[in-house]
Amino acid sequence: MRHIISLLMENEAGALSRVAGLFSARGYNIESLSVAPTEDPTLSRMTIVTSGSDAIIEQINKQLNKLVDVAAMIDLSEGEHLERELMLVKVRAEGDAREELKHMADAFHGRIIDATDHTYTIELTGSCAELDSLLEKIGRDLILETVRTGASGIGRGERILKL
Amino acid sequence: MELTGAEILIRCLQEEQVEYVFGYPGGAVLFIYDELFKQDKVKHVLVRHEQAAVHAADGYARSSDKVGVALVTSGPGLTNAVTGIATAYMDSTPMVVISGQVPTGAIGEDAFQEVDAVGITRPCVKHNFLVKDVKDIASTIKKAFYLAKSGRPGPVLVDIPKDVSNHRTNFEYPASVTIRSYHPAGKGDSGQIGRAAQMLLEAKRPMIYAGGGVVLSDASAQLTDLVRLLDFPCNNTLMGLGGFPASDKHFVGMLGMHGTYEANMAMQHCDVLLAVGARFDDRVIGNVEHFAEVPRKIIHIDIDPSSIAKRVKVDLPIVGDVKLVLDELLEVLRGNVQRPGAADMAAWWKQVNEWRAVGGGLRYKNSSEIIKPQFVIEKLHEITGGDAFITTDVGQHQMWTAQYYKFDKPRRWVTSGGLGTMGFGLPAAMGVQMVNPGATVACVTGEGSIQMNIQELSTCKQFRLPIKIVALNNGYLGMVRQWQEFFHCNRYSETYMNALPDFVKLAEAYGHVGMRIEKPADVEPALKEAFARKHDLVFMDFRTDPTENVYPMVPGGRGLSEIILAEEL
Ligand SMILES: Cc1ncc(C[n+]2csc(CCOP(=O)(O)OP(=O)(O)O)c2C)c(N)n1
Ligand SMILES: [Mg+2]
Repeated sequence: MRHIISLLMENEAGALSRVAGLFSARGYNIESLSVAPTEDPTLSRMTIVTSGSDAIIEQINKQLNKLVDVAAMIDLSEGEHLERELMLVKVRAEGDAREELKHMADAFHGRIIDATDHTYTIELTGSCAELDSLLEKIGRDLILETVRTGASGIGRGERILKL
Repeated sequence: MELTGAEILIRCLQEEQVEYVFGYPGGAVLFIYDELFKQDKVKHVLVRHEQAAVHAADGYARSSDKVGVALVTSGPGLTNAVTGIATAYMDSTPMVVISGQVPTGAIGEDAFQEVDAVGITRPCVKHNFLVKDVKDIASTIKKAFYLAKSGRPGPVLVDIPKDVSNHRTNFEYPASVTIRSYHPAGKGDSGQIGRAAQMLLEAKRPMIYAGGGVVLSDASAQLTDLVRLLDFPCNNTLMGLGGFPASDKHFVGMLGMHGTYEANMAMQHCDVLLAVGARFDDRVIGNVEHFAEVPRKIIHIDIDPSSIAKRVKVDLPIVGDVKLVLDELLEVLRGNVQRPGAADMAAWWKQVNEWRAVGGGLRYKNSSEIIKPQFVIEKLHEITGGDAFITTDVGQHQMWTAQYYKFDKPRRWVTSGGLGTMGFGLPAAMGVQMVNPGATVACVTGEGSIQMNIQELSTCKQFRLPIKIVALNNGYLGMVRQWQEFFHCNRYSETYMNALPDFVKLAEAYGHVGMRIEKPADVEPALKEAFARKHDLVFMDFRTDPTENVYPMVPGGRGLSEIILAEEL
């Protein structure tokens, strides 16, 4: 099953490689991983999307917790949560396709943030599935470049991960 | 007054009451060695290879309750140390390894003797640090010792660039340390402990399975009390030997790949299993599916949550320090008048004793013609009164020692269990001897393994370490040969070592005493003579039966009850 794990860790050189190294050393899946400092510059917040059996997910949680740099963590998928990913996609936009692409972006609540005679760059924030579905709509023939951040997640309501 | 980083480091080691540092100098640690030179509180043991420094620190830590310390230079010094660090990591030895690094300005430039020490060691340390500012040295060393020793112990690496060891700052050693992202377990959950007590009291076929965690937590007294109170059978893992007295009637022996028939059968067929500081690894329970075929309730006490439910399903996890948890469990049981059902227990012990009879305990057929390795270990036990510190290398000799040297006390048995590192035995024995001066220390080894760190005979001479080396020289990389015999149709691919050195002359060349023993009748006199030489290192080259195999054996990937017993003897 797909899990989205969120963690707070020391914002120190090497902390990221400890997490990434753990996943590769133990053969766990990483679908995506995103990380950036928080309002407290000594802490980074990381979101990892992974998948595996319940036993594997339990081990992933325990192994992450065991890392000295990991200060707190939560498996967001165990409760109510929000998940967002940002995508920038550059497409070939010529002739009739221009209008069509604009409609598509609008339909997904995406924005065209850069336009030239031949290209559009569309920005879209949403769930991973929404991003996938826009890409599918556009079709690989027109896509020039895709950049995705990987999911960021947060608990709903009072579900808070803080030190 | 401002001190240099190197001075601060040495002061920190003094504050931590470090008696010995095992190390090897080089360019990146010149300032540190300079400071070592200027004082005499922290003594330095100059090894002949950095791997040996780390194994020596490891033996030092395992045979005491102290943190081992090793010091190596950058680049090759550090890479040589990696095998030692990984060995310590797999067996959870508390250790601090200090490595020199190229100056901060040169990091990343492929400087002379530069390697990414933190990167290379990351998967085999509990934690590691690169100290970029002299102001951080004291707090980092404080953290390193704290991390190494607390919770599930392990090696911690501190990498110090050369310039940092020469910068100056004020020295103040922190009195205490907290790490906001690190909270090692202490006491166990009382509710869980109460439930565990009840489960144990209701067991019909109970088994206590005790591992290295008992030794690390210094909980053998508690474990022994518990086993005797409940009158349950108890086994030990390879790492747990000595955690429960082998001479106690409740002891059914070591379990696992080369464990006794009774230990493995009781493990397989029990209905309630109490696992204490053990991790159900592949060499212990063999095939996981086969193990799970028999339904049983498992209670698992471990300080490391990630050891629990990693390979087997656990019904009742208790995260905590083994000693504290056992203390509380004992208290609960003593306060309860209920005891396990007498009839059930009698029937279970009858079954266990039947297994004992089938397996015949440990068996080998002695010979008057050729020395049997098991016989040497039995005699070693006899002559040392079972009270020696024993280190080993890895192979058949290691298993025979585990089986036939009946350890009654913890921390006497020092072996590389998790990583299985050939070359561990001699340097580990050096550390053991340093921290237990005057004690009898023997290294049981093979002619293959001993050559992996034989250069340490020189260190032993320099520091007058009267270690007794018991080499079971079967002329083969015996354990590998055994697998080739069993599983590869006797194709002995590269397991016969031609052109072995004359170990007697070799020992003499290093300034020690060498003995060659070729006849069974000479085994006992030779051991007596060697151990009577209190101040000499004696290298005993026992020429043993090259065809002898280690039994019993649970073949890799098989179940515990699919055990092969010794051929009809
Ligand atoms: C560093 C290292 N290399 C290889 C091995 C694989 N290995 C395990 S046991 C063994 C044979 C050891 O031979 P010896 O020291 O003579 O001991 P014996 O089994 O003959 O008692 C080998 C090669 C190992 N454990 N460690
Ligand atoms: Mg051999």
